[in-house]
Amino acid sequence: MTGFRVLRRKEWLESWRTLRTPIVGGLFVLVGLTSPLLAKYLPEIVKAAGGSQFPTVNLPTPVLADAVGQVWKNLAQFGAFAAIILAMGSVSGELDHGTAAFVLSKTASRGAFLAAKVGVIAAILGLATLLAVGLAWSYTAVLFEPPSITGWLVLAGLAWLGLCAWAAITFMGSTVTGSTAAAAGIGFVALLVLSIVAAVPGLAPFGPGGLAAPAVAIASGETIDRIDVLKPVISTAILIAIALGVAAWSFRRREL
Amino acid sequence: MSGVAVCTRALTKRFGGDGGVLAVDCLDLDVPAGSVFGLLGPNGAGKTTTLRLITGLATPTSGTTTVDGTTVDSRDPGARHAIGVLDQDPRYYGWMTGRELVELAGRLQGLGETDARTRAAVVLEQVGLAEAARRRITGYSGGMRQRLGIAQALAARPSLLILDEPVSSLDPEGRRDLLALIADLRDRSTIIFSTHVLADVERICDRIAILDHGRLVTEGPLDELLARYALPLYRLDPEPGQAEAVATLVARIGALPWVDRVGEESGAIVVSVTDASVASAGLLPVVVESGVRLAAFERVRPDLEGVFLRLVGRDA
Repeated sequence: MTGFRVLRRKEWLESWRTLRTPIVGGLFVLVGLTSPLLAKYLPEIVKAAGGSQFPTVNLPTPVLADAVGQVWKNLAQFGAFAAIILAMGSVSGELDHGTAAFVLSKTASRGAFLAAKVGVIAAILGLATLLAVGLAWSYTAVLFEPPSITGWLVLAGLAWLGLCAWAAITFMGSTVTGSTAAAAGIGFVALLVLSIVAAVPGLAPFGPGGLAAPAVAIASGETIDRIDVLKPVISTAILIAIALGVAAWSFRRREL
Repeated sequence: MSGVAVCTRALTKRFGGDGGVLAVDCLDLDVPAGSVFGLLGPNGAGKTTTLRLITGLATPTSGTTTVDGTTVDSRDPGARHAIGVLDQDPRYYGWMTGRELVELAGRLQGLGETDARTRAAVVLEQVGLAEAARRRITGYSGGMRQRLGIAQALAARPSLLILDEPVSSLDPEGRRDLLALIADLRDRSTIIFSTHVLADVERICDRIAILDHGRLVTEGPLDELLARYALPLYRLDPEPGQAEAVATLVARIGALPWVDRVGEESGAIVVSVTDASVASAGLLPVVVESGVRLAAFERVRPDLEGVFLRLVGRDA
């Protein structure tokens, strides 16, 4: 793929100069810091907020699994927004501004152009997820008990895979439609539809929504069957591959 | 340099399927290596589409293009290795500095990091952007962007330079400098450029192709085209204050059978005729009869504009 390394460097520089990396990094730091705190102090916050209105409600004492659940929930929600925002203008913006024609009038291949973008988006999401999970682990160790490092690394990996799926679907929308707004719409509709699919009993283990249960279980120290991890991982990987394949196929045929 | 740098055969581009717009129609073009080749045509003639087909940014409906013997394929960037391109409306990354953009262009054309940096400094100096090289492009004026576009096109010492309307945003000084730069590149690079400024074409082009409705109307060296198509031209300068009489005279001249076109340009009457021998004897008596007083009457050298207007029948 001619020009991949040069374009990858350009993508990094662009994501930093246009503040995408710092903003996503900041958002994930916030997620990492607030999730264990929220899990630990949510019962007290609810009690304080309710005052004397709920004197008889006894809220359970928070445990490690609550922290893990909170981390996953926040990562999945805020991370999905970040993934969609990172990917929605990545190709359509360049088509719209005419900069894609500038790059592709050189010897850079269209494959390299897309791969550099996908690679950097995935890397930003990966680093941000690691940062958030690292901070959350540290805070959880302080507020609860030191959790399993391996389990939390698996959680980070599964969360990253899920975020990559939202980014890939949005990226496909950006490439196929050439419109940033349409790409964002496709990303959010996919998020909505696949979240609903994740609530259907037979389909729940498949797709990005199915990553939650094994991730939370492993990070909480529970033992689960390998197949329970493989089902969502493989189906999500296939979803990503299809989205990127459609994007590449469409971009190869596009007039600049 | 010798031989043919760019060759198109039956090159056709239709937008929007079978019933769509035919932008380029069966174009056969040979651009000699080392020449400065002017591509002329009215708006919508297919100039930009032709240039995009040559660079591989657009895919032809049928036909072929070769650059230095390599067939252009929009999916294979190989043939673009030797091409420097300046788009009609150059848009670049606003967050980059001018120097970074030219370096990026050089790197994407296969230069090493050090070579790209050195070349960027050289070409930015050439186009007069050395002082602004470290500024973000978002703060550049239209003219500066045009100069930057030329710099990035020159970054990797291309053997083929494609310039689509390169002087459109430049002030007179910038235009003069660019034309001098293009003239300086003659023999080292083949240059194809499209423009609406016919005077620029006359000044620097070795060969000219005129397109209309996507078809090649004519092609050849400038002198040959002038000899083949230009009609004898007369210029009459009436003394001021005779507007009504001049208008009547213009109408009378236009009705003469040996007059091809007549028009007013900056107060002068310009007449192109089909037969110079008849016109030399017949034009002045018509003026005398009309009572219009002339400050000057001369036969002038035919120019490209006359050829252009005659061949395509409307302005560039």
